Amino acid sequence: MTTDPGIPADERIKSESLATRLMKRPELGAIGGVILVTIFFLITADSAMFTLSGIMNFMTPAAQLGILGIAAAMLMIGGEFDLSIGSMVAFTGLIFGVLVVNMGLPLIVAIPLTLLAAAGMGALNGYVVIRTGLPSFIVTLAFLFILRGASLVGLKLFTGGSTQLRGVRDAVAGDFLTPIFSGDAFGGLFRWLAGRGIIDSFSSGAPKVPGIPVEILWFIAMALVCTFVLLRTPAGNWIFATGGDDNAAANSGVPVRRVKVSLFMLTACAAALVAIITVIDAGSTDARRGFMKEFEAIITAVIGGCLLTGGYGSAIGAFFGAIIFGMVTIGLTYTDFDQDWFQVFLGGMLLLAVVFNNVIRKRVTGER
Amino acid sequence: MSDPIIHMENIKKHFGNVIALNGVTFDVRAGECHCLLGDNGAGKSTFIKTMSGVHKPTSGEIFFEGRPLSFDSPREAMEAGIATVFQDLAMIPLMSVTRNFFMGREPRKGGFIKRFDLDTANSVTMEEMRRMGINLRAPDQAVGTLSGGERQTVAIARAVYFGAKVLILDEPTSALGVRQTSNVLATIDRVRNQGVGVVFISHNVRHAMAVGDRFTVLNRGQTLGTAVRGEIDAGALQDLMAGGQELAELEGSLGGTV
Repeated sequence: MTTDPGIPADERIKSESLATRLMKRPELGAIGGVILVTIFFLITADSAMFTLSGIMNFMTPAAQLGILGIAAAMLMIGGEFDLSIGSMVAFTGLIFGVLVVNMGLPLIVAIPLTLLAAAGMGALNGYVVIRTGLPSFIVTLAFLFILRGASLVGLKLFTGGSTQLRGVRDAVAGDFLTPIFSGDAFGGLFRWLAGRGIIDSFSSGAPKVPGIPVEILWFIAMALVCTFVLLRTPAGNWIFATGGDDNAAANSGVPVRRVKVSLFMLTACAAALVAIITVIDAGSTDARRGFMKEFEAIITAVIGGCLLTGGYGSAIGAFFGAIIFGMVTIGLTYTDFDQDWFQVFLGGMLLLAVVFNNVIRKRVTGER
Repeated sequence: MSDPIIHMENIKKHFGNVIALNGVTFDVRAGECHCLLGDNGAGKSTFIKTMSGVHKPTSGEIFFEGRPLSFDSPREAMEAGIATVFQDLAMIPLMSVTRNFFMGREPRKGGFIKRFDLDTANSVTMEEMRRMGINLRAPDQAVGTLSGGERQTVAIARAVYFGAKVLILDEPTSALGVRQTSNVLATIDRVRNQGVGVVFISHNVRHAMAVGDRFTVLNRGQTLGTAVRGEIDAGALQDLMAGGQELAELEGSLGGTV
């Protein structure tokens, strides 16, 4: 920055070093976390974890969670919570299953309808929060139970008493949209790489990793799009403003209500996307789908640098938060540790992230 | 003297059986600072909210640039050019100065997808703040790191940049230290020199005397007349605000320090 000679610079403000500036990025904690966790598993885990197939192994659950986590982070930056994400996965999974299996609709119709239903329920969440002025924590907690219960009842209704709806894979087989939502992408590239001996292959010549699971691509795309929206569009500014202080934002002409309702629709649609991907992948849907995912999504967002009070955070942070999550969940199976340490590890991570974020916030706002 | 930008004639505002304003007459011209003085409960807040379109007066008339007008919402008043800087400043501490400056009115660029033109926003913010005498370290500095006076200045600069003809400042100096107060008063002077009509609300006579061109005292919901700079001294204003005798007595017991 050039200093205007007419105005004396305040001698009490020290110039910032690069390190201080980096400290103020919300995603710093998550990136540091990824590095720490990687070092931990490089030391403790079997070397198979960091082969191509090992990486795909932990990136797949990371991606499924990350799609939810990035949406949850956007909503948290906008100052609200959505505890109904997990149940929304089950409920939209049911809708999707019924549309393709019971009604036999092609994906080109079934997927938009599923997303539309999700957006409608998200809007309802948002509308209730805005109209009642109640904390979204309570409103969406109600929807957590409503949607979980409705999924169970709905499943029994459409399957004649079962809690599992089967036959999705047969129903979508051959649909031209199926490869976008399930299986592996870039199969040709991976076969070519295997043929040249660049990646590992079976004795038959087929690559050990057939391609990149599509959810990983959705996950990366979502992180990029959300980061762009947050940092480079007016809507992003509105999201930060709404979460920072909705009253001040509204007084400055930010359409606060529209922002909040849109964000609730986003989390619901992210849940629907995860439902579509995992239901096609599993070939069936059941009432426990997405169980506890709401908490995992929020943990992802918090590890990613979101403040619980809103107005601060990043989508890239949530992206790395989800990778940490995936690495810890899957990574422990490559070690000698009991896999059930995973939850202890996660709770510790969460606590560490919250304390860290609090320190960061004080630095950013200069409060003492 | 030029015609007033906004003229409020005999404004009355009742809330149920409470009479908040009982005949207030006030105007402001381009390039002047008109101070509205009054003690707590005198009706200052109700009056500025009426002026900025939050409340509709029970009776009385508002003329904006000579035409009778009534604002249905703060938005309408804002669009007409009446900007209000309330005490909470409508600033978000966690966001950068630039993001606050353009909050809700982001400059856009690009074709199909409209992007937030941060480069333009940053350079405008730096330039506008420099004109107000504040050298920002960087436009992405969080507002939370600014002092109270600097935040006030950001809010004023924002209002002026977005075309305020009348700038209403609600007790801008009440929570500030000596140095910061003088900075804000200097900012008011700069804004006035740009041809904006400033309405400076305060209960601090000394701050008002420092920049005011005209002074109107509000007491118990009524204006007690308007004085021009040089015609009235601080003591007389102080007495008017307090309604006369009580303060004189108090002053006696405190040895003339109030």
